[in-house]
Amino acid sequence: MRDMNTLAALKLSTPAQIIAIDWDVLGEAEAQRLQSFGFEIGAQVEPLHHAGLFARDPIACKIGRMTVAVRRAVAAAIQVAPL
Amino acid sequence: MKRGSGHHHRRFGAHHPVGAHYPAGHARHGHHDRPDHHDAPRIALVGNPNAGKSALFNALTGARQRTGNYPGVTVERKAGLFALPDGTIAKLIDLPGTYSLSPISPDEAVTRDVVMGTHSLEPQPDAIIIVVDAANLDIHLRFALEVIALGLPCVVALNMVDLATRDGLTLDAARLASELGVPVIETVAVRKRGLAELDAAVLSVLNGDPVFLRKQESSLNKDSGLLPPQELNVATEARRVARAAILHEAPARQWTRMIDSVALHPVFGSVLLLATLFVMFQAVFTGAKIPQQWISDGITALQAEVRHGLPPSLLRSALTDGVITGVGAVLAFIPQILILFLFILSLEASGYMVRAAFLMDRLMARVGLSGRAFIPLLSSFACAVPGIMATRTIEDPKDRLTTMLIAPLMTCSARLPVYTIIIGAFIPARNVAPGVGLQGLVLLGLYLFGVVGALVVALVLRRTVTRSQGAGFMMEMPRYQWPVWRDLALGLWQRVMIFLKRAGTLIAGTSFVLWVLLSFPRATPVQLAAGQTQVDVSVAGHLADGVAVVLRPIGFNREIALALIPAMAAREVAVSALATAYAADDPQGGGLGKPLASRWSLPTALAFLAWFVFAPQCMSTIAVIRRETNGWKWPAFMVAYLFGLAYIAAGLTYWVARAAGL
Repeated sequence: MRDMNTLAALKLSTPAQIIAIDWDVLGEAEAQRLQSFGFEIGAQVEPLHHAGLFARDPIACKIGRMTVAVRRAVAAAIQVAPL
Repeated sequence: MKRGSGHHHRRFGAHHPVGAHYPAGHARHGHHDRPDHHDAPRIALVGNPNAGKSALFNALTGARQRTGNYPGVTVERKAGLFALPDGTIAKLIDLPGTYSLSPISPDEAVTRDVVMGTHSLEPQPDAIIIVVDAANLDIHLRFALEVIALGLPCVVALNMVDLATRDGLTLDAARLASELGVPVIETVAVRKRGLAELDAAVLSVLNGDPVFLRKQESSLNKDSGLLPPQELNVATEARRVARAAILHEAPARQWTRMIDSVALHPVFGSVLLLATLFVMFQAVFTGAKIPQQWISDGITALQAEVRHGLPPSLLRSALTDGVITGVGAVLAFIPQILILFLFILSLEASGYMVRAAFLMDRLMARVGLSGRAFIPLLSSFACAVPGIMATRTIEDPKDRLTTMLIAPLMTCSARLPVYTIIIGAFIPARNVAPGVGLQGLVLLGLYLFGVVGALVVALVLRRTVTRSQGAGFMMEMPRYQWPVWRDLALGLWQRVMIFLKRAGTLIAGTSFVLWVLLSFPRATPVQLAAGQTQVDVSVAGHLADGVAVVLRPIGFNREIALALIPAMAAREVAVSALATAYAADDPQGGGLGKPLASRWSLPTALAFLAWFVFAPQCMSTIAVIRRETNGWKWPAFMVAYLFGLAYIAAGLTYWVARAAGL
């Protein structure tokens, strides 16, 4: 269930809302940085670009008025609901 | 972190360096006693990364700034002067960009320490300019709120309002000011808009303008107001204030998205990155040719002038064959260094550098690093010293250490003189394809050799001595922007001055010492045995004989041994040392390329190139790694492994080239 609904699995250019973030799988610094970019429950996020053809990692996401690059492993900890 | 108690003052006794940049003992008792004329008020410039802080710093201080020896991108301590409306000269300190007062990386810690007044060298500032991106208030106001809560006099520079307008935002700066309780000034740093107003606001908060003090007080008392950061959800408050200040909002940033759809495209993006790097290196090689010729013509003319003007003497020889030859050989590379830095600074300023990091992250992850390491490593193509200092933005300590240890493998500008001379002398200047020169291709090959070496070394280090959990990669990708010529020119100027200072002191000095060692004891032509030259009988010649024993197996002759000794100080000295060595043999002068081509075999030349891909011949790099790792263990490790690799690489190249019949 997790895999289907995470930011990592979201198709490009699909706006979605963050419904949960699994902070436990993230490092402390990683979690803090993620928060400071505005990744919070309720925030709107949209994956815009993948780097590379096959690995499609990292992912550039629109969050608020920013574009932020996150690795696939981190994106997998962010549960989203497409809007 | 507690709420700053405002203006508790600290004294700096023995720890405080004496000098113009650090006026002694700030014993201030509040806003009201303005520092007198000799004690310039200290203003700190803080803000989130990508708020346009560096541009504002440049716009405020112009050329009146000091960046230490090696300006990185706001990583180093940058200080400058600017005039307040009453004529007071204030000192502006550019602090590293950060998202909060809870630092994750070492450079963020510097900002926290300085604004909290706990930094060991930098006194707490008298006032703070907080730079926020007008188009990203939700995020940038968080840090602004944290800083305002410290209670120091603050001014908010609402920067890049033009881009915010372009993005469809209509902002109410007055409302923002009343919400924050500090003056808010709309600025466009790159167009120098709003600077006079900003200066005036700084002066008024320094003077403790009662209007702003009262406002600050009132917002401190509000329930939803500025409580200590950890007790208040700063994010919620920032969003509330942003909502209040944004009058109208439309969908944003179409340009950046359009460019990114190409620049970050899985296929075209990589092609574009490779093409950019290739154009950069090709430009370094071909674009510099003509100005380089002017410089070397000038040097030759100067030599002729000195020869003409002075009677034959030791002094004349010392000047022409020693100092002028040595310094001249290095000065000729200024055009190349300018072109390289122009590319790197433009890529940085335009916002493309972060995209390159994004594209490279996967590759870097394979060797245990992150895309974040790409920026320090790319800067190291200019010079490893700012590159190593730029690693301060890497959060994971082992990740950072690995990046520092491989940074010297990136081909820095000091290697260019060496590479160019050898390539020019040994590689034919023909095109292998239309517009693709063989010389440029060989140069690119050397750069790639360094990169591949670095990746392999990183892989090995990450599995052995610098093992750790593995670093993440999370980065903001700023809007694309046209680089501002003024900022580029300033950056180029600073870097050329550093280079010239080196050429003027270090290189002139070593050239002179080398000339002395080469010229004594003196032998007249009669005294020399058949086939012997002045170099053979000189002190340096005998020294080099010893070193050459070790280097002979990898194809190095004695002149190379002779050049490598002073080149320990800096790689480019090798060129001037070779120039001096061959000039001592050939008093007629002339270019360095010709004697090289006639005296070195091709395998020797290739081995020499391979040596310089790895050899850690740079005192500054060794010193900066010592400083950053706080000990001799890692610099010693680095020197040992790099010399080992240099020896192996040069040896392999030599023997393979010989076996191939070159």
